[in-house]
Amino acid sequence: MGAALDTERDALGKQGGTTEGSVAVGVTPSTPKKPADARVQRTLSRDPEAFGAITGREEEWRFTPVARLRGLHDGTASATGVLDVTVTAPDGVTVETIGPEHKLVGTALVPADRPAALAMRDFKEGQLIRISGELTEPVHVSLVGHGEVSYGHLVVDLAPFAQAVVILDHTGDATHSGGVELRVGDSASLTLVSLQDWDNTAVHLSAQAARLGRDARFKSVVVTLGGDLVRLTPTVSYAGPGGDAELLGLAFGDAGQHLEHRLLVEHGAPHCKSRVTYKSAVQGEGAHSVWIGDVLIRPEATGTDTYELNRNLLLTADARADSVPNLEIETGEIAGAGHASATGRFDDEQLFYLQSRGIAPDEARRIVVQGFFAEILQQIGVPSLEERLLAAIERELGRVVVEEASQ
Amino acid sequence: MATLEIRDLHVSVEADNAQQRQILAGVNLTIKAGETHAIMGPNGSGKSTLAYSIAGHPKYTVTSGQVLLDGEDVLAMSVDERARAGVFLAMQYPVEVPGVTVSNFLRSAATAVRGEAPALRHWVKEQKEAMAKLEMDPAFANRNVNEGFSGGEKKRHEILQLELLKPKIAILDETDSGLDIDALRVVSEGVNRVHAAGETATLLITHYTRILRYIQPDFVHVFVKGRIVEEGGKELADELEANGYEKYVGVAV
Repeated sequence: MGAALDTERDALGKQGGTTEGSVAVGVTPSTPKKPADARVQRTLSRDPEAFGAITGREEEWRFTPVARLRGLHDGTASATGVLDVTVTAPDGVTVETIGPEHKLVGTALVPADRPAALAMRDFKEGQLIRISGELTEPVHVSLVGHGEVSYGHLVVDLAPFAQAVVILDHTGDATHSGGVELRVGDSASLTLVSLQDWDNTAVHLSAQAARLGRDARFKSVVVTLGGDLVRLTPTVSYAGPGGDAELLGLAFGDAGQHLEHRLLVEHGAPHCKSRVTYKSAVQGEGAHSVWIGDVLIRPEATGTDTYELNRNLLLTADARADSVPNLEIETGEIAGAGHASATGRFDDEQLFYLQSRGIAPDEARRIVVQGFFAEILQQIGVPSLEERLLAAIERELGRVVVEEASQ
Repeated sequence: MATLEIRDLHVSVEADNAQQRQILAGVNLTIKAGETHAIMGPNGSGKSTLAYSIAGHPKYTVTSGQVLLDGEDVLAMSVDERARAGVFLAMQYPVEVPGVTVSNFLRSAATAVRGEAPALRHWVKEQKEAMAKLEMDPAFANRNVNEGFSGGEKKRHEILQLELLKPKIAILDETDSGLDIDALRVVSEGVNRVHAAGETATLLITHYTRILRYIQPDFVHVFVKGRIVEEGGKELADELEANGYEKYVGVAV
């Protein structure tokens, strides 16, 4: 077997975090050996009725406080409005409004759960952004909520050899469910930044699916800071060989916030690469981050090279992080596959070291958290956005310092 | 002139069974700017505990005694206040700080200790020159603090901080451990430069006499079972080199 299998998991935290995971290797396709929650058999359909009712006991929903979904998961949430969507784009980009019947809807994203199917059925105004050139300026998509229940849909279609950075900027208050489809043409290159900077009252569900053409490159940077409950399910699939996906994520949760990111990278073509790096920091009572990293390597995906890493930092003892990496491998002819996950408390020795150099405790914490996130922030490549995120992280940290001072 | 006074210092640490275990059993020591004191003792004698207690590590509990820096009560200060008052501890095992570059770290520390951010242009030059003296590659400034550093790089980085922060009292905890002879020379020269400026009192904690070939102590203290059992000059170190600590281990009870 040519598989280079590498798995490392260490739970640094004594409390508040759990870490589990699985690696399943089918030696040959004729002798499948699959864990109980194998992604191989998951249901894919645009029909909401194809999925059972969600109780919260299902494997995909067991971490999610479904009572706080406000009916987005069972069809009882009727749309009362839409997000204000404003697309600011350079030349070479066309934007049109689309409905569920548009021929590109459902081509990259086929719903894998009931809310995604409901959103795809019920959205009234979606956006199709077509990009054919090599853009030098980012496409900025502002999505602002005004406290309504809304469904949305966004398709980004990159022609072969096109290059673009697309920023989805979610702000305001909303109960919103919306799919994102990213069609990355042969040899095209897309960087998607999805920023969830909601008010802390918002609920947001989103399936974000990228379909990569031959030799296409896709980088996503998912940054989730705001929202009462945010649950994103990014997926990547490969339509041809040579695709390269890099998925970066950063989440910072305060008291009461549930921030969940469930990823699936489905290697179904030879010689494709994927790298996943997600980090979260959580602080305060009821702050909860969830990261699920599923990687599936199909029998035909020979030469696959994949690695996923998740790191979580518990800033206070009453916050929680869950981390579950899963790897299902159906061919031995791969270049490499591995994952690592760790959840840890604030390192007192790091703080002591910084403080022993005269640095005050709140500044020392700021330095450590910024360092923790630096690996993600430095990858964004949009300076104005990096500055905004640094400022946002400082704001989040300021909350804890204030909390401690008032105790 | 800066003076550090340690008076009858007793320190304990929480043992595995949640009981307090006494490590320091009445340490008395006065160190003045321009002096170099070597504290020598066998492993487990409490040398490092003395160093970390002065710096304020939360693991150690001072049960009685005083530490005064120019008459100010050091033990009443938080860790960062001690550093800003002029206490510096070069650690034996400095910790990694992922994602934080050496240059950011150094500038944050200098800003804190000096009370204002050094002007960027001057600072870049100052850092560059200090690194050159310690024979450090300029690219080192862009690496993450202590991440993947060799033993020698870690110690050079500690002494780099010493030279940039110019403390009143420099405590060097086993700075010679894990160094090859070249690195030992470079690091020792850094300590000697700080000493030569005359503003710093140096407390050199070591198990072996090797570093004393490069750094001349004015006083040598033999440390056994949590206190100083013998004091002398450089010749005491030579005697320890020849005879070891056996002579003292018996009398310290």
